[in-house]
Amino acid sequence: MREFRVQPIRNGTVIDHIDSGKALKVIKIMGIDENVTSVVSVIMHVPSSKKEYKDIVKVEDRELNPKELEKIALLAPNATINIIRDYDVVKKTKVKPPERVAGIVRCANPNCITNAKTSMDTTEPVEPEFVVESTKPLKLRCIYCDRELENPEENLI
Amino acid sequence: MHMLKMKDRDVVSIGDFTLEEIEGIMDHAKKMVPIAKGEKKSKALDGKILSTLFFEPSTRTRLSFESAMLRLGGEFIGFAEPSVTSAKKGETLADTIRMAEAYSDVIVLRHPREGAARLAAKFSSKPVINAGDGAGQHPTQTLLDLFTIKTEKGKIGGMNINLVGDLKYGRTVHSLAHALAMFGAELTFTAPKDLQMPEHVINRVKELGVRPKMEESLENSIEDADVVYVTRIQKERFADLAEFEKVSGAYRIDMDMLEKAREDMIIMHPLPRVNEIAPEVDSTPHAKYFVQAFNGVPVRMALLSLVLGVRK
Repeated sequence: MREFRVQPIRNGTVIDHIDSGKALKVIKIMGIDENVTSVVSVIMHVPSSKKEYKDIVKVEDRELNPKELEKIALLAPNATINIIRDYDVVKKTKVKPPERVAGIVRCANPNCITNAKTSMDTTEPVEPEFVVESTKPLKLRCIYCDRELENPEENLI
Repeated sequence: MHMLKMKDRDVVSIGDFTLEEIEGIMDHAKKMVPIAKGEKKSKALDGKILSTLFFEPSTRTRLSFESAMLRLGGEFIGFAEPSVTSAKKGETLADTIRMAEAYSDVIVLRHPREGAARLAAKFSSKPVINAGDGAGQHPTQTLLDLFTIKTEKGKIGGMNINLVGDLKYGRTVHSLAHALAMFGAELTFTAPKDLQMPEHVINRVKELGVRPKMEESLENSIEDADVVYVTRIQKERFADLAEFEKVSGAYRIDMDMLEKAREDMIIMHPLPRVNEIAPEVDSTPHAKYFVQAFNGVPVRMALLSLVLGVRK
């Protein structure tokens, strides 16, 4: 018998197989904060058949945009995204960590040209961009300054 | 010469080039030496204009690029410090580069921020040569260092090359160590414990099949060296002035230190030097740092003509 910890949702997104402990970061990526207007369920540290433990996030009446999907793929490379419409899973996809990411993480090197401001406070007309060298563990290298980003999760835009 | 695809290429990082390409650049540089010395005349780059954009002063690099361009019959425009530029007025590097691209055929950029040259290359359809970006890359320095070893010792592979001094923060030694490993040189890293080569450089060198020897004492490591590459240890790295003086003294090359060295050992230094090499060493056959500085001209001539697609 399968035990339901949270009720199924009618319309929305279920993000499953998030690495244990990362659910709150996924919530943050989705911009869910104190101004939340729909039902959000966060289930953490659930025993999983695939891995030892996993987190699950369910958000009603909300689907993910491509930038959010990219960020989740970086943070939780095992995650699956289930789009729910009228209680049915209409689409189930595994996130795919991209080979390059642009505009979703900033470079942590303060002296990188992508962090430069001119005397008039203007910035260079580029998005920070990284090569994804590995996903487990997550390793990103700035295509400009060539530095490895130590804490990608802390530098999400 | 083998097929070198260099026309319109940017020179941002030494890592962008294969071993064959680096060898091709050095072969080309060798042919430039008589022109660089003024013994032969060339009009190979007649009608071409180089932009030298120096957002940070660097006399040697800038002058050698300008000399290289003039020796090949080309001309240059540019600035030696940013206070005279529109960057002062808030212009982005991307915009400055697009202006230089419109006014010239090739751009040399020196900038205090890492990644500046990569960004410039993205915005310019004309080739961009990195003349140093912050603590990042300085590929033409690496090329002229390799060229100096090759011309002075006949080869790079198998040579025992001893990098000495501040190996932790020294900008040029990281990419030099990588390039030397590509050529199969034997490497020794001689530095005070706190200024030793960073782990990521050591790992990269090992991946290329070289097992570097780590040393703390130059007195011990100088004996086996074919090449001693000296870098400056900066006072700012030490909290304690007495400690700095002790350390810098232990890595100074003077006549006593040379007694332990091989007769044909050569000393290199990216310059400017302060106290790392005693002045009396200059007149010994070991001293090659001024030849090395001169080599900046033929190497940069080779790069300028190759990226401009001129091979005369």
